[in-house]
Amino acid sequence: MTELWQGVVRAVELIVALDPEVMEIAGRSLALAATSCGIASLVCLPLGSLIHFNSFRGKRFLVNLIQTFYSIPTVAIGLFVFVFLSRVGPLGELGLMFTPAAIVIGQMLLVTPIILGLTISALRGVDKALPETAISLGADRVQAAVLTIREARFAILTAVIMGFGRAISEVGLSLMVGGNIKGFTRTITTAISLETSKGDIELSIALGIILISLALVINIALNRLQQR
Amino acid sequence: MALLETINLAQEYEGQPVLRDVNLKIDGGEAFALIGPTGAGKTTLLRLLDLLDVPSSGSVYFDGVDVTGSGRQRLEARRRMSFVQQKPIVFTMNVYDNVACGLRWRRQRNETVRQKVDSALELVGMDDCRSRDARTLSGGETQRVAIARALVTEPEVLFLDEPTANLDPVSTSKVEEVLAHILREKRTTVVMATHDMAQGQRLSSRIGVLLKGEIQQIGSPGEIFCSPGSREVAELVGVENILAGTVVEKEDNLVTIDVNGSAIQAVSDDSVGDGVYALIRPEDITLTLAQPTSSARNVFEGRIARVNAVGPLTRIEVDCGFPLLGVVTKWSAQELELAAGRQVYASFKATAIHTINRWG
Repeated sequence: MTELWQGVVRAVELIVALDPEVMEIAGRSLALAATSCGIASLVCLPLGSLIHFNSFRGKRFLVNLIQTFYSIPTVAIGLFVFVFLSRVGPLGELGLMFTPAAIVIGQMLLVTPIILGLTISALRGVDKALPETAISLGADRVQAAVLTIREARFAILTAVIMGFGRAISEVGLSLMVGGNIKGFTRTITTAISLETSKGDIELSIALGIILISLALVINIALNRLQQR
Repeated sequence: MALLETINLAQEYEGQPVLRDVNLKIDGGEAFALIGPTGAGKTTLLRLLDLLDVPSSGSVYFDGVDVTGSGRQRLEARRRMSFVQQKPIVFTMNVYDNVACGLRWRRQRNETVRQKVDSALELVGMDDCRSRDARTLSGGETQRVAIARALVTEPEVLFLDEPTANLDPVSTSKVEEVLAHILREKRTTVVMATHDMAQGQRLSSRIGVLLKGEIQQIGSPGEIFCSPGSREVAELVGVENILAGTVVEKEDNLVTIDVNGSAIQAVSDDSVGDGVYALIRPEDITLTLAQPTSSARNVFEGRIARVNAVGPLTRIEVDCGFPLLGVVTKWSAQELELAAGRQVYASFKATAIHTINRWG
């Protein structure tokens, strides 16, 4: 117990002193998660709108399929990306394996179903009479769709934040395709995993506190948005 | 040429006909009311006229152009119209931006948008609420914002679906005031669906009666309310005395109708032997305690069967060998001591009766 308490005290000291290693790992985690979420959002918002605003055969099945991928294990995606990016894989020549780009690709695949599915749900949650009202007031299909997206903006932002939360907290994927290389691909979660196995509990706790703090900020932001 | 015309317009939902063979002609600047009970197809017809839905069959002509199909032509036609729905939806933005939407979608200049929105908000008496979040408005305020939003684009046709349904009497009166002003001051063609007969009469110059998806009668408010074309229309517009009988005598256009052995005299074109419905509005019946000395051709002695107070009026049901319903003011009912069992005389003029031939 004493050891644990000492660990917590040391962790707080590392954070307060803005320890370069801790800050570098935390910064990288944030940058990777933000990049993967940003790119995924750029794809998911138009794609989700396209799926929502159009009627086509198999639409319900497609939405069910997207929702099924919400809980896909990170190691499964890690394995998939590994197979593609490894030296003998189809994209091996790009030399992306064990680079931050590989982690971004993996995280993008991980959060895409979440952002896409929740975007579709957000648009579905807007009263059907709303686009119809817009059309009756002279809006064309695109203008009515833009208005609907605008009405669902808080729910869509929630989807993006959920995706960010999933990306920053995953560990298996970053380990498999990032390789946990110090100063290059090490993230908060991979560092916690490594340092704990090495017995450096102070650094693990410090990174854990940062991760929990980020989760707290995300939750507060979510609650604020849901109240609007 | 009519501004808006439908030819054999029909609509089906899941194989069930909702509208059948609707043929309408609405002129520019006209105030046209569609009346009918809930479920008659009024909203369906308005949605087809506003080009929100595509009909199962038939055509819609706007300004002489067939706009039934889909495409750019429909959008252009729709941009010359506006629709205020029964339960209007406001967008998650302030009142000003809600009203400005239609103009922005038409890519109007900011200065024009500002002027038009200000004027529309002033027209509906909502200029003080321009910065307010539209979602915080009351039902009546929301309706007025919806009307401003529809009017701001200066439409040639304004469709109103039950504009005062779900509103309290004060809000109803405010909305009606705004609509009356639009009808008086602007050249906007108004097509309004309502189940409030009196509102249809107050706000329109012509009425179409829609029953079970079919237009039953089109005419002026006077024609619809005083000379309904069928028993169903008569019931809808509140004619409560509908007496089935047979014409037994005719002299010029004065006929004698046998109703349950009683002879009723009416002015009618029907012939001897015709089965008819004699329609008498309750307000055309005079109730007296003594035999009246008026010129009314129809005087029947009867006993009061029931007395019901309805607001400032009292409804008196009299059994004269056939049932007759009359209305008197609350004070008259008290003064005459009208109560169940009391003997009274019911009188009405031959010209107060409208007849409908039962055989069509």
